[in-house]
Amino acid sequence: MGFLDISNVTKSYGSVEVLHRVDISVEEGEFLVLVGPSGCGKSTLLNMIAGLEGITGGEISIKGRVVNGVHPSKRNIAMVFQSYALYPNMTVGQNMTFGLEMHGVPKPERDKALAEVAKLLQIDHLLDRKPGQLSGGQRQRVAMGRALVRDPDVFLFDEPLSNLDAKLRVDMRTEIKKLHQKLRTTIVYVTHDQIEAMTLSTRIAVMNKGHVQQLGKPKEIYDSPANLFVATFMGSPAMNIVPAKVVMEGGRPQAQVTDAEGRPILLALEQGNLAGWEGRDILLGIRPEAITDPEGADRNSHAIRSLSNLVTVTEPAGADTFVTMSLSGRDVIARMRADAAVHPGQRFDFAVNMEKAVAFDPATEERIAP
Amino acid sequence: MASSVSGATQDSAVSTGNVTRVFIYLVLILFALFYLLPLYVMAVNSVKPLAEITGGNMMALPRDWTLEPWGAAWSTAQIGVSPTGLKPYFLNSILMVVPAVAISTVVGALNGYILTKWRFRGDTWVFGLMLFSCFIPFQIVLIPMARVLGLLGLAGSVPGLILVHVVYGIGFTTLYFRNYYAAFPTELIRAAQIDGAGFFRIFWRILLPVSGPIAVVSVIWQFTNIWNDFLFGVSFGGTSQPVTAALNNLVQSSTGVKEYNVHFAGAILAALPTLFVYIVAGRYFVRGLMAGSVKG
Repeated sequence: MGFLDISNVTKSYGSVEVLHRVDISVEEGEFLVLVGPSGCGKSTLLNMIAGLEGITGGEISIKGRVVNGVHPSKRNIAMVFQSYALYPNMTVGQNMTFGLEMHGVPKPERDKALAEVAKLLQIDHLLDRKPGQLSGGQRQRVAMGRALVRDPDVFLFDEPLSNLDAKLRVDMRTEIKKLHQKLRTTIVYVTHDQIEAMTLSTRIAVMNKGHVQQLGKPKEIYDSPANLFVATFMGSPAMNIVPAKVVMEGGRPQAQVTDAEGRPILLALEQGNLAGWEGRDILLGIRPEAITDPEGADRNSHAIRSLSNLVTVTEPAGADTFVTMSLSGRDVIARMRADAAVHPGQRFDFAVNMEKAVAFDPATEERIAP
Repeated sequence: MASSVSGATQDSAVSTGNVTRVFIYLVLILFALFYLLPLYVMAVNSVKPLAEITGGNMMALPRDWTLEPWGAAWSTAQIGVSPTGLKPYFLNSILMVVPAVAISTVVGALNGYILTKWRFRGDTWVFGLMLFSCFIPFQIVLIPMARVLGLLGLAGSVPGLILVHVVYGIGFTTLYFRNYYAAFPTELIRAAQIDGAGFFRIFWRILLPVSGPIAVVSVIWQFTNIWNDFLFGVSFGGTSQPVTAALNNLVQSSTGVKEYNVHFAGAILAALPTLFVYIVAGRYFVRGLMAGSVKG
């Protein structure tokens, strides 16, 4: 039994089921991120926790109390909206204390709470302004302040950073993380940005088409994606997926792929349980950062395989250089040091860290190894 | 007002030389004068003794200024059978217009709020039907309305007229407010719900404070329509007829001398409130009409 329990929850609009039996248990102080492409049901789930949408089946409970059918204002939650949803006719101060006022908190207490939160978020000088006079970042702070003032059991964030420009988004991301570390509040955060999910969360629920595809710590999700969807959705650039055939050589399973000129290449697999797949096709997943130049390879790995192949394109991105090659007819992206000596049209010895490779069943798209 | 409405003159696509510009202004000024002509005739003749009108030029300025026609129109002219002037009917009109405008605007705002933010199954149908009421000609409902007013015991009274105008106005006011609130972000309503505000509290604290422009549109529209209405006033006014009906009685009287100067003064008197509303709130009218259709 967690702090926030979502058990067996479904949601239907008419005969269309948009959320299928979702089970998530959130502990107190956790930062859960719901991530997925648009239309995956993440915002619907958040709205159901908030009470803004009805629950078709199953139960949601907060602090052990089932909240199905409980009015949003009586669930002791606070929500930060994508558009911030600041009341345009009220000042910042009035915006932040509106919830307390509605809950009948006396004015001196409201003012005290307001002063504390305003100081924490460094918006004390803005309290008399109207939302229209604030910048995007300031509005974002006010929206968070409005949630903090209430001191709720659970904070709900609905894509709060997607209206900010790129630089501010990164700053505010750090800000939110700091705030969570300081206050240790329970947060459910919806985003479609996998980097936000990775950086902020203590746990991630990756969702697609109304199903939770995988629920786990960011590292688990990143290193051992449950299926092809999670593997390709999390990470940027996305994980390389290469069709391969398992062959046995020297008693160990190898993945057979072909290089740009169609010649076969064998990559020894670390994952012993793939021996049973001998002679069958798999999808080999390798993250771009696991394919490097030999000098940039991970020194701690004992499974660096060398792979000679033709370089198709190089994309210097400042900190890294992204190098594209072709494996088994698919474009594969490698992430190298900025000063790696690699040129398009030439052969290059790539170093592949096979410790980090994962394998998927091409039929079910589920992970089969490791 | 000029800058916000016709801000396209300076950088419009068609560039004009000075000669064309002078020509355009000349034409526009002529048109403006032409439009102002009726008002000029009415104003000028309402301050002339009757003899000057019957004996001379309608366009001429008065030789003997007099405010007597105004006084007569207001308090002593023969309306129907009694020499009361327009005064009691003017009061009737005010007693009818103010509540009718207020009620229909508030109901329209509530309807718009519900139809956009508290949607229910079939809400578009309800809205469609309300919209349909905007297109029903007055004449069609005269007899059914008379029957309903009779059943309610409101026939021939100011409250009866208020009811008629509220019922007829709700279609328009709902249309205005619905379209205005449709552009209002629903997330704000949700935020207020989480903050613990109920149905009316959200309406009162969140929505109404930003409804100024559209409320002005609704008030102007309703005020002019109800004030200028003649058919309902004559049909259902009974003993408490509005000023439009009284003005008709004054002007159409078939006995005695036609006192044109009094008629002109009476007509201006009857038109003053709508004129006043337009001058005071006109700029918001355009702004509010634009607010629903154009974003930003």
